[in-house]
Amino acid sequence: MKGTVTVRLKGGVLDVEGKAIEGALGRLGFADVAAVRVGKVFEVTLPDGDPDAARATLEAMAAQLLANPVMETFEVALEPS
Amino acid sequence: MRFAVVSFPGSNCDDDCVRVVREVLGESAHKVWHGDDDLGAPDVVLLPGGFSYGDYLRCGAIAAGSPIMGAVRRFAAAGGPILGICNGFQILTEAGLLPGALHRNAGLSFICRDQHVRVASDASPFTAGLSDRVLRLPIAHHDGNYHADAETLRRLEGEGQVVLRYCDAAGDSHDAANPNGSVGHIAGVRNAAGNVVGMMPHPERCAEPLLGNEDGRTLFEAVLRQGSV
Repeated sequence: MKGTVTVRLKGGVLDVEGKAIEGALGRLGFADVAAVRVGKVFEVTLPDGDPDAARATLEAMAAQLLANPVMETFEVALEPS
Repeated sequence: MRFAVVSFPGSNCDDDCVRVVREVLGESAHKVWHGDDDLGAPDVVLLPGGFSYGDYLRCGAIAAGSPIMGAVRRFAAAGGPILGICNGFQILTEAGLLPGALHRNAGLSFICRDQHVRVASDASPFTAGLSDRVLRLPIAHHDGNYHADAETLRRLEGEGQVVLRYCDAAGDSHDAANPNGSVGHIAGVRNAAGNVVGMMPHPERCAEPLLGNEDGRTLFEAVLRQGSV
């Protein structure tokens, strides 16, 4: 079974990479871009089993390693099997 | 005193630390591999700079889960002095042994140059007796932009947990003297107990006359004055 963990910078944290990309998009002619923020997506393959247990496992992974709670938030999702 | 210097895969300032301890301070230093679970009964632990695990995921995030970190946590809990330098600072924040986090420099560039810092608190083993001292230390990092939420920041400032602040040659902190966008111009912090310290500058790179600058030596000499734990 496949899960995804999406990690995003918290709202109050300045995203310097996002700002640079936002500027580059503007220079390419995408003048309407109001903001860009950069996150990460982790695709995790787990053995087939109980979806609730898998979701709990993904949340534990995110809390312990994949995200830094000081700066980031995360969401987990399971692909329907 | 016995110094343990922890080497992670990708650490590249571990030998510099060992050299300073042995050749400059005349004390004992031994390297400890990240996969070990024993620090070898040191008086001081140094987590050196470098690029542990290639800075994958986040700087220091993977090293923070290394087997040796259990022993580092126990050493910290027992009040032992620990200094994390650059990547070592990142590892200590990722491990939760120091508050806050370090992210990409505000200017997005890797910065490698000398930088003035002022000792903002002498209530740590590595800054004891150095209150308000202005030091010129090398910095070399891509992710040294210190971040903490407003509440943590208030606590750090209120409790004197900021140990080093970026400043100009005169010791004044302002945006033009802040190389990386760190909140509060913070270059180094300590934990609440005071025994765990992290800093982005590299004192081990400026601790002897041959390198043209000995300002870094003062931080190592401070811990020697504290004596054994």
